[in-house]
Amino acid sequence: MSAEEISFIEKYDLLGCIQCGRCTGGCPVSMRTHLNVRRFMYDTQNEERLEELSERPEIWDCTTCYTCAARCPKGLEPLEVLIGLRSLQIEEGRIQPTVRDALESIFKDGNPWGSPRAKRLDWVGDLDVKVLEPEAEEVTDVLLFVCCTDAYDPRVMKVAQSLVKVLQAAGVDFGIIGEDESCCGSEVRRLGEEGLFEMCDEENVELLNSFNVNRIVTISPHCYNTLKKEYHGLRHPVLHYTELVAQLLEDGKLTLNKEIGKVVTYHDPCFLGKQNSIYDEPRYIITRIPGVEFREFDRCRERSLCCEGGGGKMWVESESKAERLAEIRVTDAKEMGAEVIAVACPFCLLTLEDATKVRGIEEEMRVADILELLAEAL
Amino acid sequence: MNGKPKIGVYVCHCGTNIAGTVNVEEVRDFAASLPDVVVARNYSYMCSDPGQALITEDIKNYGLNRVVVASCSPRMHEPTFRKTLESGGLNPFYLEMANIREQCSWVHEDPIAATEKAKRLLEAAVVKARNLEALEQKEVDVEPSCLIIGGGIAGIQAALDIADAGFKVYLVEKSPTIGGHMAQLDKTFPTLDCSACILTPKMVDVANHPNIELMTYSQVEEITGYIGNFNVKVRKKARFVDMDKCTGCGDCAEACRLAGRIPNEFDEGIGMRGAIYLPFPQAVPAKYTIDKENCLFLAKGKCGETPKCQEVCQAGAINFEQQDEIVEFKVGTIIVATGYDVFDARKKPEYGYGIYDNVLTALEFERLVNASGPTGGKIVMLERGKKKKKKEEEAEAPKVPKSITFIQCVGSRDKSVGNEYCSRVCCMYTAKLAHLVKDKIPDCEVTIFYMDVRAFGKGFEEFYDRVRREGVRYIRGNPSEIFRRGDKLVVKAEDTLTATPLEHETDMVVLSVGLVPRSDNREIIDILKLSQSSDLFYLEAHPKLRPVDTASDGIFLAGVCQGPKDIPDAVAQAKGAASAAMIPMAKGKVKVEAQTSVVNEETCRGCGFCVELCPFTAIELVEVNRQGWPVKVARVNEALCKGCGACVAACLSGSIQQRSFKDNQLLPQIKVLGVK
Repeated sequence: MSAEEISFIEKYDLLGCIQCGRCTGGCPVSMRTHLNVRRFMYDTQNEERLEELSERPEIWDCTTCYTCAARCPKGLEPLEVLIGLRSLQIEEGRIQPTVRDALESIFKDGNPWGSPRAKRLDWVGDLDVKVLEPEAEEVTDVLLFVCCTDAYDPRVMKVAQSLVKVLQAAGVDFGIIGEDESCCGSEVRRLGEEGLFEMCDEENVELLNSFNVNRIVTISPHCYNTLKKEYHGLRHPVLHYTELVAQLLEDGKLTLNKEIGKVVTYHDPCFLGKQNSIYDEPRYIITRIPGVEFREFDRCRERSLCCEGGGGKMWVESESKAERLAEIRVTDAKEMGAEVIAVACPFCLLTLEDATKVRGIEEEMRVADILELLAEAL
Repeated sequence: MNGKPKIGVYVCHCGTNIAGTVNVEEVRDFAASLPDVVVARNYSYMCSDPGQALITEDIKNYGLNRVVVASCSPRMHEPTFRKTLESGGLNPFYLEMANIREQCSWVHEDPIAATEKAKRLLEAAVVKARNLEALEQKEVDVEPSCLIIGGGIAGIQAALDIADAGFKVYLVEKSPTIGGHMAQLDKTFPTLDCSACILTPKMVDVANHPNIELMTYSQVEEITGYIGNFNVKVRKKARFVDMDKCTGCGDCAEACRLAGRIPNEFDEGIGMRGAIYLPFPQAVPAKYTIDKENCLFLAKGKCGETPKCQEVCQAGAINFEQQDEIVEFKVGTIIVATGYDVFDARKKPEYGYGIYDNVLTALEFERLVNASGPTGGKIVMLERGKKKKKKEEEAEAPKVPKSITFIQCVGSRDKSVGNEYCSRVCCMYTAKLAHLVKDKIPDCEVTIFYMDVRAFGKGFEEFYDRVRREGVRYIRGNPSEIFRRGDKLVVKAEDTLTATPLEHETDMVVLSVGLVPRSDNREIIDILKLSQSSDLFYLEAHPKLRPVDTASDGIFLAGVCQGPKDIPDAVAQAKGAASAAMIPMAKGKVKVEAQTSVVNEETCRGCGFCVELCPFTAIELVEVNRQGWPVKVARVNEALCKGCGACVAACLSGSIQQRSFKDNQLLPQIKVLGVK
């Protein structure tokens, strides 16, 4: 551990913990992995054991969904302790190859997917999208922060394309950063690479502040959370697209004409729901799509089940062979008679869609971002 | 006595509280060097008998006419030393205190700097003491009557004690009956006394007591005045039933078109009532009330041809023309016993309360196990919000749960909902409810999830031992979430003793909700200017030594409105509040503040700024004749003035001075403290 001003115990207020067990009780992966976050809250109080604890493989099972912190009666954030242990590993240079590649790719090309910066605009295709100039005289209403996954992943880029269509239909004045856009660093911080995250924070804040815009809109709840709550000195207000689109619908600026005659349910992304209390806007949007019959999961809103896509899990394979939470999720959706699981997060989209394939129900169960449904209903 | 000041200075060690940090000898020698100081002493405990004797002896021997005590806060011992001066034959207002404990030795570590500060504080007190004046403490008569707000067990007990002692009591209760939460409970822990059996006789005593005037369905609207002479205004809400005529027969309630269709507050919404109702059979007074929000005739202007209740009431007691009535009376003292709300479990959405029919609060469950409750004491699975079934299906008996799970600390010890405190009763009422389940359904699997069991009271630990041996399973771990799997509820938790995460399937979940300040507390706070502690319960005057008093003289606290407590503690506090309230009433007279404000009517411009500012409505504008011209000037009612000084600071023309804090007393003090 580097010579820090405050100790591990003080940093995470470990002595405030009363070992009540709500963190592990609520932890979505506690039943399928060896992770018991309450025990880490206790064991890390012995600083001599930190190195040994940081070598435990289960610290990489945490999805950083935040349930443990949301439930903690003492206002502590147990997940941060696990991130702190990951940092110790990274500082020691003990790092899994997949994680190392993702972090190097962010450092080099500004994205975790190992793709060159020059390909960052490929998703735009023949859509007509304004690329913003820094320090422009004219104000643009919305800066669209696209997210690496939306920009590079061939499946997820359809979501970004849908958002462009929706915003154009609503007459919103918006633009994107273009090739200079870099990863927000949400996953970087959660993988424990503190130094690289500080760089993302500084460089992105400087870049974003250079644009003459009224507000920033993100597609991914992970970017949203980081820009809104973890950056230092960002001048512009940050919105998630569901907030903007719900407002457009309410103001009558967006009209939906085509019927989507499907039974639709909605899966709350942890970074939108549990971490930012955005529950109503996505539902408001879905229930205004013509022909949609909306059904709630039993486990919804504050009790929603994590899909296991966050916390760097896209680059870390769990040792557990037990049923994935995303599989439980798609099975539940099928049992309630849903035909579409709507999501509002690129990771949820990928994990749930993958789960429908594992379960062999990809023909009968569609996983789609709310934006894709909206674009189809225009 | 008003000749040259002869000042005695006394420096207290307070054991090591002061002397451990401040060099008391040095402070004493410094005091002796100040002008007009004729004697300076230090002593281990000035407040002790021998300490006080030093002062009275010196008054005699040196002819002292001013005394300065350098010790603790005046809040602590000013009354003590004022009495010392009196017994030495000196006007008590010739005392000045220098606080060298709370404001010096307790908060500083460097002994040299602390000693220098103590000297400065002492010198400031000495220069102020030089110009102190004798004041006269007036007495006012005390009205021999008491207002009690709230008719739960605390209010009831206080009312009975005071009334039995021969004083008049006005007991004001907001709901249609007295009894409070205790009337809703089935058995009480740890003795398993039937709650209603021990409470209802007291309720009847209240109704029959010649010294108690009971006002139910009533609200305090306004209180003015001061200890001994409070003027109270109460709104008696219209019940639309003539209290003198109603016999309590209940024909009206049966006839009401809405009978069985409105959730009964007393049954926590599990049982139903009509628009005209008696909350429960033993209600006091045993008179019916029409709820005007729901009554078809009152809310919509039409209830069939004629309202059914009116049709069947043989006493002719129904009166739809009845209006709210305002009653005014005087009292000498006030006891606030407004009780509590239970924590709103919806604020913890992870437990699914309000979503799942069979996630209940403990108070709902209390009504479910209660023999006088809506199921006659049968514990059955609930189907909430379902309309009454058609007759043929009615035969289907409600299901009995095979497993019931309790979750403790819901809304207590929980920063995430803003309640950091322990509610003190939940561990035990949970054990009691678990026992009742085992008693009624022996093969029911009963599980209690807990984080700590706090069995601190008389007989509590023994009861906890007994309940465990009855087969109630205690699992250490506070659950995090509830969801549904098939027709079962799943409690997601960790058994922290074995570090096993688990999904516990059960039929019914009971949330052991904590006690919270009433949502309508603000009304009483505004009327009485009460303070709140950080937990938002009402604040007592001193946590150890004045636990039933408030900061306002003559106003006392009883029961859970001051903080969570069980029935015996609430009763004990009520008895304490009753006896405290009876002290001024028994004396018949009470001293009022002497350090009041006084207006110079020659220079007052009558702007009225002070009138608006005064928090005690002690100032009014009066017309006086100034050299043939009628002018308005401010005048202070000395009985109402509390000596807060707000008017003095605000007066635009400098026409108000406060006794003992006049310019010629304060300015020299400021000079000493401000200029080296």
